[in-house]
Amino acid sequence: MEAIRFETDPCNYKHWVLEVESPIATLWLDVKEEAGLRPGYLLKMNSYDLGVDIELADAVQRLRFEHPEVEVVIISSKRDGIFSAGANIFMLGSSSHEFKVNFCKFTNETRLAIEDATDHSGQVYIAALNGTASGGGYELPLACKEIYLVDDRRSAVSLPEVPYLGVLPGTGGLTRLVDKRKVRRDRADIFVTLAEGIKGNRAAEWGLVDAVFPPSRFADSVMERARKLAVEHRNPTGIRLDYLNPTETDTEIRYRYVRLKLGPEARLARLIIEGPPDDFVIEKDPAAAGADFLPLRVFRELDDALLRLRFNYPEIGLVLIQTRGKLSNVLKMDAQLSAHKQDWFVREVLLLAKRVLKRMDVSAKSFFALIDEGSCFAGSYLELALAADRTYMLDKPGVEVALSDLNRGLLPMGNGLSRLATKLLGEPRLLAELMNSSETFDAGQAEAAGLATVAVDELDWDDEIRLAVEERTSLSPDALTGLEASLRFAGPETLETKIFGRLSAWQNWIFQRPNAVGEHGALVMYGKASRPRFDWRRT
Amino acid sequence: MFEKIPNNVNLSENKRLQRALEQWQPNFIRWWMEMGPEGFQQDEVYLRTAISVDSNGWAQFDYVKMPDYRWGIFLVPAEPDRKIHFGDHIGEPVWNDVPGEFRKELRRIIVTQGDTEPASVEQQRLLGHTTPSLYDLRNLFQVNVEEGRHLWAMVYLLHQFFGRDGREEAEDLLTRRSGHKDTPRILEAFNKPVRDWLAFFAFTMFTDRDGKYQLAALAESAFDPLARSTKFMLTEEAHHLFVGETGIARIVKRTAELMKLSPNEDVTELGGIPLDIIQKYINEWFSASLDLFGSEDSSNAATFFGAGLKGRYREAERYSDHLALEGSYKLEVPDENGHLVERSIPLRRAMNIQLQDAYIEDCERALRRWNEILEKAGLSYRLKLPSQRFNRRIGVFSSHYFTPEGKIISESEFKSRSNQWLPTQEDYAYVSSLMTPVYERGKIANWIAPPTRGINQKPIDFEYVRR
Ligand SMILES: [Fe+2]
Ligand SMILES: [Fe+2]
Repeated sequence: MEAIRFETDPCNYKHWVLEVESPIATLWLDVKEEAGLRPGYLLKMNSYDLGVDIELADAVQRLRFEHPEVEVVIISSKRDGIFSAGANIFMLGSSSHEFKVNFCKFTNETRLAIEDATDHSGQVYIAALNGTASGGGYELPLACKEIYLVDDRRSAVSLPEVPYLGVLPGTGGLTRLVDKRKVRRDRADIFVTLAEGIKGNRAAEWGLVDAVFPPSRFADSVMERARKLAVEHRNPTGIRLDYLNPTETDTEIRYRYVRLKLGPEARLARLIIEGPPDDFVIEKDPAAAGADFLPLRVFRELDDALLRLRFNYPEIGLVLIQTRGKLSNVLKMDAQLSAHKQDWFVREVLLLAKRVLKRMDVSAKSFFALIDEGSCFAGSYLELALAADRTYMLDKPGVEVALSDLNRGLLPMGNGLSRLATKLLGEPRLLAELMNSSETFDAGQAEAAGLATVAVDELDWDDEIRLAVEERTSLSPDALTGLEASLRFAGPETLETKIFGRLSAWQNWIFQRPNAVGEHGALVMYGKASRPRFDWRRT
Repeated sequence: MFEKIPNNVNLSENKRLQRALEQWQPNFIRWWMEMGPEGFQQDEVYLRTAISVDSNGWAQFDYVKMPDYRWGIFLVPAEPDRKIHFGDHIGEPVWNDVPGEFRKELRRIIVTQGDTEPASVEQQRLLGHTTPSLYDLRNLFQVNVEEGRHLWAMVYLLHQFFGRDGREEAEDLLTRRSGHKDTPRILEAFNKPVRDWLAFFAFTMFTDRDGKYQLAALAESAFDPLARSTKFMLTEEAHHLFVGETGIARIVKRTAELMKLSPNEDVTELGGIPLDIIQKYINEWFSASLDLFGSEDSSNAATFFGAGLKGRYREAERYSDHLALEGSYKLEVPDENGHLVERSIPLRRAMNIQLQDAYIEDCERALRRWNEILEKAGLSYRLKLPSQRFNRRIGVFSSHYFTPEGKIISESEFKSRSNQWLPTQEDYAYVSSLMTPVYERGKIANWIAPPTRGINQKPIDFEYVRR
């Protein structure tokens, strides 16, 4: 299969039209049927595939960086009578299991990015459903702050996955219904088994949408609501996000600061990230640096590398993370970021870093961080080691790590805690000490403080790492995925952890079961001549 | 109130139905007064009413004011031991209740059918003001009250078998409005204006005829109350189709006469409707009615057939393979490059087009009758049905443009030539200029020939409507 690219821009969108009339922007969904990412299916009725969602993710990102003056984003459809029919069933039916799971994961991350923009970037998303929204086509609106539905006696919202396909809504629909919109769970139970969904006033009564308007007043009413929400009248000037343009060979993808090296060992990749230079400084107007702003660039590159790893290199199971640079330069950079965190641009960069690190948290790859000579695992860079499943640190004078404010809550995980706090849930005293420490840690200290997993003697280093790698890459990839997902998210549950937890546990299980994908499974029989046949035993 | 409602569903003892109708019936009357025939509600109309299902009860003729019409609920008598005769449940007993598994599909089928009934009344509500004769006026009202009864038939099923959802859907059937921007009817042909009597006849000829085939397919249903209801509706529907087919035949006949009278065969000088305008109305209403069959390749249709909810036209007599799991339907469809290529549609997914084929056959028969009139008159002009690809909004042909002969053309060519194929604003204006009412007994408008016989053996100059 041809490698998937994750970068695009509004001029190249096939399925979305982005209209900006500040302070209001509108994202129009207008899916081109025949422009699916792969051949073999038609994207009918505004149904989507990964390609459609890559454009959406790009638009959400660009609105934050390129149009910070936008306060409200309306998501609507160009098609009459239909908002979206959700993820394309025939695309799902013809996809491998790992693709399906990664597709769902990516779309979930995009929905969460929408909520992140609403909550933290002052860009409120509202969904204007000018027609029926079913399945994923309703889950996207669920990620918006407000949902408005046209009341033409026909258009409904629905989550028909269970009755039609024998699977679950895969983009957080169930969780958002009861946890975010606080729909009563018995009503939700009826709603999600009712294939045709719910329309009109009842949809509003049950809290499935915020209000309904008749077609003749629909556009005006939504616009009126948008204007009410856009009250800040801020006027920063955005920056332009350029293409990353990495150099690619069979064994390496090389960005400006990030290198993704593939192999040579089987199932192994290395991510090597370069630290800031000595002269890095944040200007009075941080946005003046534009897309070249180092931390922005580093995390965009990491993001792209992670996505490529997920989709284009399914067999790679273990990623070794290394950094190259000076500890002090990272600490200087972090101090400036922290000092400027009120600035819109720095805020956006920190939010981006947060999202990229979360992307790492939910990636189905093992991550080992290697802290060796010449590395610069401090602050924001140390966060990569804290996100890793294990950290090996060379026990040698001069090899050190250090904390910055960015480790202390500016880059929270999906559970709402910092990675440090999550790791030290059982050691609150130690955590309290670390919250104020400004020292550097050598390997022994780092191991004691929970910043490294194992301190490794120089003589043992090569062997230790080789053994760890060989052992890890020999274990069952499925068991590892489950193991990592279970260990990474200690601490409280949030909407986000529930969404990913339910997704990996339930949806991926159902997607494997004969009742969905067997010869007579519901997903297989969808659109065919006969009805599914189930194995009726409940597990 | 219930004593006045003719029925054979034991309404007097059916508490559930009584409760539902208590709510719904007053709203129905309100709807009828607001959206029914305008201006004639207090006139006495010579109408037939069904008071029972036997041969002398289903067509009782008498004068009645329309709001006092006795809309009733009738199912043909149950066939003992009736078995499902097609689909995956073949050979099993038919259902007297809705199986939970097919609840949503059956509800959708019934609501979609039910929505067309009041819709057509709304579409026709102003036509009384331009009637060509009292005979035609009475036929219009007969069609209207019976469409009202068809609504009752579908509402009965919703009330009796679908609980609260059914009652809500029944209410919604009274709140949607044909052609309304905010609350339109479900199907597009039922949102089109029926502007004049030529359109009315084209509607009853082509669109009501779609109704006949939909009802016939539902008369095969494994859900017995639906099958029995629709079977009874078909007996009434026959008259609507008669009104449409003979209406156009009478216009064709009059036009032929006028063509003879006019030296250059230009009937507009004599106040007749030219044949090419008739042809354009045929093109318009035939193509809009084909859209009602749904997509040629349809997974819904496959589900409906497999589940035994909806069969083909006269499934038992016309077909031998009632499973339709093997074989395919070959259809030439346009590919991405706009070439017609043959596609094999698995038989079950091709149920809509199989029903449509039976419909087209039936329409062809009517066209032959009309052309016989032209032939007898010694005229060479022939009316024809356009290709099924022409002017479609739904289905595999809707993404391209075609001539009435079925040749694929560009959008710009279609736009520039459509005034030859579909009625123009001038055509509508001309036809409407002829529509002056004739309320005198025995008199008839100039643009249409009189009928060959009256209603219920009454003479043509009978006072069908007492004004
Ligand atoms: Fe009817
Ligand atoms: Fe009819």
